[in-house]
Amino acid sequence: MSYDALRHLADSWGLVFLAAIFVTCIGWTFRKGAAAHHDRAARMIFDEDVDNG
Amino acid sequence: MESLLLKTGGWFAIALLAFVGIMLANDSGFAVHMTIVALAALTAMWVGMSRTDYAALARGVLKVPADEGVYDDDPVRWGILATIGWGMVGFLVGLFIALQLAFPALNLGSEFTSFGRLRPLHTSGVIFAFGGNVLIATSYYVVQRTCRARLAFPTLARFVFWGYQLFIVLAATGYVLGITESREYAEPEWYVDLWLTIVWVAYFVVFVGTILKRREPHIYVANWFYLSFIITIAMLHIVNNLAIPVSLFGSKSYSAFAGVQDALTQWWYGHNAVAFFLTTPFLAMMYYFVPKQAERPVYSYRLSIIHFWSLIFLYIWAGPHHLHYTALPDWAQTLGMVFSVVLWMPSWGGMINGLMTLNGAWDKIRTDPIIRMMVMAMAFYGMATFEGPMLSIKAVNSLSHYTEWTIGHVHAGALGWNGMISFAAIYFLVPRLWGRERLYSLRMVNWHFWLATLGIVLYAAAMWVAGITQGLMWREYGSDGYLVYAFSEVVAAMFPYYVLRAVGGALYLAGAVVMVWNVWATIAGRQRDEQPMSMPAYDPARDRPLAAPAPQAAPQPAE
Repeated sequence: MSYDALRHLADSWGLVFLAAIFVTCIGWTFRKGAAAHHDRAARMIFDEDVDNG
Repeated sequence: MESLLLKTGGWFAIALLAFVGIMLANDSGFAVHMTIVALAALTAMWVGMSRTDYAALARGVLKVPADEGVYDDDPVRWGILATIGWGMVGFLVGLFIALQLAFPALNLGSEFTSFGRLRPLHTSGVIFAFGGNVLIATSYYVVQRTCRARLAFPTLARFVFWGYQLFIVLAATGYVLGITESREYAEPEWYVDLWLTIVWVAYFVVFVGTILKRREPHIYVANWFYLSFIITIAMLHIVNNLAIPVSLFGSKSYSAFAGVQDALTQWWYGHNAVAFFLTTPFLAMMYYFVPKQAERPVYSYRLSIIHFWSLIFLYIWAGPHHLHYTALPDWAQTLGMVFSVVLWMPSWGGMINGLMTLNGAWDKIRTDPIIRMMVMAMAFYGMATFEGPMLSIKAVNSLSHYTEWTIGHVHAGALGWNGMISFAAIYFLVPRLWGRERLYSLRMVNWHFWLATLGIVLYAAAMWVAGITQGLMWREYGSDGYLVYAFSEVVAAMFPYYVLRAVGGALYLAGAVVMVWNVWATIAGRQRDEQPMSMPAYDPARDRPLAAPAPQAAPQPAE
């Protein structure tokens, strides 16, 4: 693959591909029920039922 | 017994290979390094062979509590001690080279003590020796607590610690001997790079192994940040150090890239060392230690995940801003600038997330000096991640690049953000790791805080003024089109700022000395008899019932 072809792939489909993954990752945190899951995750480090320092 | 034989034989074979290296060495530096490797291999062999339980001896010397607890904390303890030890070396060398810039006589007329050789000793010392050890230690601590599992592969975990120390010793001695690839923050030569690759892969295996055997279904966000650090540093380290050695028995190698490609590879690595060594894993520390010390969950867990993905997707493109107005194509320079400016948003999102964790507990800044350090660290994270995008804008960069302003920016981030959050984590960990009720002295933490803060302010302010002065003097044209100032005049103008910078560095070092004393006494099990940081107000004179109200005159009847 020539430099030119690689460069054009990078700034077209490559960009779309990475942007799509990024939007999916961010969107995933807004899914239904995520808030309760996040709340549990954030408090997990304080669970005292197991010795966790 | 058979495995012992294999191990002993293995170490002996490595020592023999190192001896061959000494015999056939092309240059004296390589011979010195092979001697260090041989000594390290023989020491490892001796420790493995002899019946003495060195681990038990070490636990006695380090006053490790008898009850080792549920978690595998020995490598964490060693890592914290190594952090403090290497940190003192790195800070001291930093102060020394700051003084060398002000007073060149301190180069002492020897090649071994010249600024050019001591500077990488300082940068690698503070980034990789101080920073690297605190990251390995805290990642081992945090991953065990948040996964509710002991470290996977305990032997490998110890190998990572000792292998990393060997890397530091080889790198540091190499700089003084003049062995260098001259790549910023990646100066060690090819064989040291190969060794670090082995150690790093072992680190990855230990960390991922621990995550895989976790008893907690969710992987806490701090581990995401640590893992991004381990994976990305492996990728950056390997690509940036692709090189061909001149000889298998010599310390010199040449990069696989040439010209502007080499420059871009180097700064792709260099800026991502800032991103994935000095930012994401320290954010992992922020996301664990700040909530633990404040005893409140992180402000927004969703924001912490958005923070993570945004940094991952944006940071990797920012490197070209180090090559503005060079042979790098314009579009690549602009790309680097745009991504750097966009980075401002997730950086500040993360800073706000950390600071707002204290929402409803802001009084802790007044009463808890460890929280105070964490808040200062996050404030400097915010300041440095505002200044960075600003400096990456081409118009600003044309004034700031190659000046002391850059040095001021780096140190605001390194001393303020990385240093302060590391000190806070050390103060958090030491009483827990050594089973002490509390630190030797909280008031000394306060002293450390103020000495360090004053030092950073002096340092950064001096470098801002120096950098802008320098930039303006360099570009000053007279009416007939000649440059007004000779380079030597610009150097002479820097003298007061260099002295002021050294004073700032000395204050920062003084704060670290206070920490050494405090940590030492805590490990020894002493507690300083001191006033607590805050006491609820109490006035005995007012601690009594209200006096009976004086009898009032009967109201006059209305007319």
